[in-house]
Amino acid sequence: MAKKATTKTKTANKKSYELFNRDTQAFIYNMQVNATQRMLDFDYASGRETPSVAAIINPTGSESLQKFFYGPKEILIPVYKSIERAAGKHKNVDVLISFASFRSAAKSAEEAFEIPRIRTIVLIAEGVPERQMRLINAKAKKLGKVIIGPATVGGVKAGAFKIGNTGGTIENIIESKLHRPGSVGFVSKSGGLSNEAYNIISRNTDGLYEGIAIGGDRYPGSTLLDHLLRYEEDPNVKMLVCLGEVGGEDEYAIVDALNAKKITKPLVMWVTGTCSKAFKTEVQFGHAGAKADAEAETADAKNAALKKAGAIVPNSFDDYAEKINETFTTLVKKKVITPAPETEAPKIPLDFNKALSAGVIRKPASFISTIADDRGEELMYGKMTISDVFKKDIGVGGVLSTLWFRKLLPAYATKFIDMVIMVTADHGPAVSGAHNTIVAARAGKDLISSLVSGLLCIGPRFGGALDGAAQQFSDAYDQGLAPQEFVNSMKKKGVNIQGIGHRIKSIHNPDMRVTIIKNYVKKNFKTTALLDYALEVEKITTSKKDNLILNVDGVIGICFVDLLRSELTKEEADEYIRMGALNGLFVLGRSIGFMGHYLDQKRLKQGLYRHPWDDIAYLME
Amino acid sequence: MAQKAIREADGKAMMARLLMDYTDGKHKIQNRFISVGPQTDLKKLPNKYKWLQKEKLVVKPDQLIKRRGKSKLLLLNTDWKEAEKWINEQMNKQITVGTVTGVLDHFIIAPFVEHDEKDEYYVAITSEREGDTILFHHEGGINVGDVDAKAIKLFVPIGEVPTAQEIEKKLLGKVPKERKALIAEFIEGLFTYYADLNYTYLEINPFVVDGKAVIPLDLAAKLDDTADFVSANKWGSIDFPAPFGRTMTKEEAYIEELDSKTGASLKLTVLNPEGRVWTMVAGGGASVIYADTITDLGFMEEMANYGEYSGDPNEEFTYLYARTIIDLMTRKKNPKGTFLLIGGGIANFTDVANTFRGIIRALREYKKKLRENKVKIYVRRGGPNYKEGLNQMRALGGELGVPIEVYGPETHMTKIVSMALKGDK
Repeated sequence: MAKKATTKTKTANKKSYELFNRDTQAFIYNMQVNATQRMLDFDYASGRETPSVAAIINPTGSESLQKFFYGPKEILIPVYKSIERAAGKHKNVDVLISFASFRSAAKSAEEAFEIPRIRTIVLIAEGVPERQMRLINAKAKKLGKVIIGPATVGGVKAGAFKIGNTGGTIENIIESKLHRPGSVGFVSKSGGLSNEAYNIISRNTDGLYEGIAIGGDRYPGSTLLDHLLRYEEDPNVKMLVCLGEVGGEDEYAIVDALNAKKITKPLVMWVTGTCSKAFKTEVQFGHAGAKADAEAETADAKNAALKKAGAIVPNSFDDYAEKINETFTTLVKKKVITPAPETEAPKIPLDFNKALSAGVIRKPASFISTIADDRGEELMYGKMTISDVFKKDIGVGGVLSTLWFRKLLPAYATKFIDMVIMVTADHGPAVSGAHNTIVAARAGKDLISSLVSGLLCIGPRFGGALDGAAQQFSDAYDQGLAPQEFVNSMKKKGVNIQGIGHRIKSIHNPDMRVTIIKNYVKKNFKTTALLDYALEVEKITTSKKDNLILNVDGVIGICFVDLLRSELTKEEADEYIRMGALNGLFVLGRSIGFMGHYLDQKRLKQGLYRHPWDDIAYLME
Repeated sequence: MAQKAIREADGKAMMARLLMDYTDGKHKIQNRFISVGPQTDLKKLPNKYKWLQKEKLVVKPDQLIKRRGKSKLLLLNTDWKEAEKWINEQMNKQITVGTVTGVLDHFIIAPFVEHDEKDEYYVAITSEREGDTILFHHEGGINVGDVDAKAIKLFVPIGEVPTAQEIEKKLLGKVPKERKALIAEFIEGLFTYYADLNYTYLEINPFVVDGKAVIPLDLAAKLDDTADFVSANKWGSIDFPAPFGRTMTKEEAYIEELDSKTGASLKLTVLNPEGRVWTMVAGGGASVIYADTITDLGFMEEMANYGEYSGDPNEEFTYLYARTIIDLMTRKKNPKGTFLLIGGGIANFTDVANTFRGIIRALREYKKKLRENKVKIYVRRGGPNYKEGLNQMRALGGELGVPIEVYGPETHMTKIVSMALKGDK
């Protein structure tokens, strides 16, 4: 408690020119996990006692606690639904960093205006409508709030407080000495270039004291001049560095301030965009505000005016660094600046992901996948992008062969797979699996439960004959048993031959499904060795009883072995059969039917099914 | 992502559709403005717009060209037959206005409004940080001259709305008494229309008063296109044409198309295909500075292109971008050799090694041509993974037999410009 109280006083004691100090805490608007972590890394490197993020506002989520690293250890940061809720809990926070999108950035600022204690509002979004921003700016002025942005990365007070993603990676922050204060106050429009500027400043002076990127929009919340005037007042800032831009007239406000002696500290300044004269038609550079509508808005005119007013203006960006260096050296000579001491930043452990991508560490993977990859630009099925899947029109059979057998089988084969799925899709409501699905659906269960209750029936007696037939026939064939020997051996073992026999259909009343498949296979397959063998077996069995025909399960299972053996090596083909690929085909096909029955029952609003007592023989003794 | 000019026909059609709603129905502007583009079938127009063959007409190019009257790009008081003939003659014609050359491909046709010069008025609304300014002058038309000096101005602080009384009192002093109320109401409505629809600039010069009607004759306007999500419904279907004279080359159009396919940013403007200094710079801000430095060092004429890539484009996009530039720069041999500056500041989060891999792929592909064209390459970059990226570039020099000098954050960002160009002038 005592600690909280001191923080509070410190906040209250902030000077008017001071937006941030080592105790400043902020709210982050919108769930920005990476930006928040980067702020905390900076805090730790700067040796701050408290994290600079007090809470996260997540207007679309629920209130919770979010885990972050603070150096090597983990901390929890609360998440609230509104700024008002957060402000009620954290009485010391006076900064809002809003990552709201261009649609709601203005709204987030309006919300923050309601909290008197919030003094500084940073708007990161790019593309906030100009009129909305002008209204926000007018209101902020009336309420005495400071707005940084929009369309900015933010800014940093070296060794004290960093806004969001400013400064790039932690390595760069430490290389640019942003973890401890120097003597230079910097302000620019561009956020992208601020990083470069911090590098220049760290190499040519004792380092940055504070840097702000006001953002590239036409109507930024605070201007270049606003921040220069703050630095002018702040006794810790000994020299000013500024980077302006073609377009707008803000730089003339600086000219006026120089002339009026409102800025007296040495100011090194350059306005970019001197190249615009090389363009014949008007050019919009990267920033919304970067367009010269009049001669006065050109970079050349502004640089000349600044020079005249006493700013230190290089001849080109090329000698910007030299001018900064000269100015700093002069101030050191004049003893205005005592160069800030170098301090070592505490080491921040490397993030696992970063270390991995840098090749610094390795770790065996817990999982392997060889069939699909969702990490790149496009989803990959095997070696095929999803757009090729459609461009080449490989169909369900093609997708299945790619994902199951890691190989796009030729068209005759993928069409056969399609046929199998179509043929096995349903066999009426009376079969055990469909019945189970129907009963479950009528018990009020959902689609997945009803489907699964049907699928769970699939096994040796229902649908499982595909596998069984494939196995038995290929074993016999591979052992070189003559069809008659095979039939005899099975009889001797007292085992029914899987895939042989039908309840109703017979040699005189053939099953059309079997006929269709047989004909297709005969016509298109490269080899039909196992099918031919099975048909020989069928000749023997039907001679005994005319319904002992090769049934649909049998023909599919057997033909599939022929197919796999002609497209894969025999070992691979046999392994897929052993692993249950054939059962999979039946499960896949029949799922279509089961779901159909489920939807049918739901559509018909069928009530709970209860089996009638009279259909059950109760034999209790 | 900023203030964008719209076509006169779109601006007028929008006013005809909506101004009524902002003036309590008092100012209804007839929607008789026809936009003609390269795809328009002129033969079908008279059927669709019956008034075309009944009334006198005005035809003007509608491509953001200023002072069309002075450039004789106006056909006034004409009939449909003449108008059709004129458009057919002008369509796809190359013309030069001032220093800019471009092709005519958009026109506006409107009824010719017979009027006296004293019926012409000037009104404009402009926006600044603190508010909007209404500019008015009672003598509008092409001879209005320097409106900044001449026009009467009414500053309206942001968030406020002027009343008709205020407008009449402050702006309409020299307007005949019987017209004051009418014009004041018109401007009052026009202001709320301007503010509500996120205009950033609107100039009507002139509008004329014809009895009880206010008719805009000439109009120029800019909208804030970031307000698209607020105002698009009211704007209707409009386009933001490129400034007159900016026709894209095949390569520029290709890069624009690439740009639209990625969340990253890829930009290319070819300034002088025979220039000797080519740039491939990462970052919007940095790219301007490189172009500046080339200009500041006196090589404006030799600057071949302006462009940038940023926002962490993936290797493939970077490769396609680099290939386009390298192809352009090696088409024609220059005996004095060519420079390629692969520059950039210190990236925030773009993976330097990754983007460089794409560039390196393109450089490898053009190995022979780079050598034949005596291309010298200078690299400067910082940011995540920059050391690896720079090492790859260094190794590439030997492999390709092309001189490549490579620098990191320890070297000033634009130093490679002077390194490349020193002693060249």
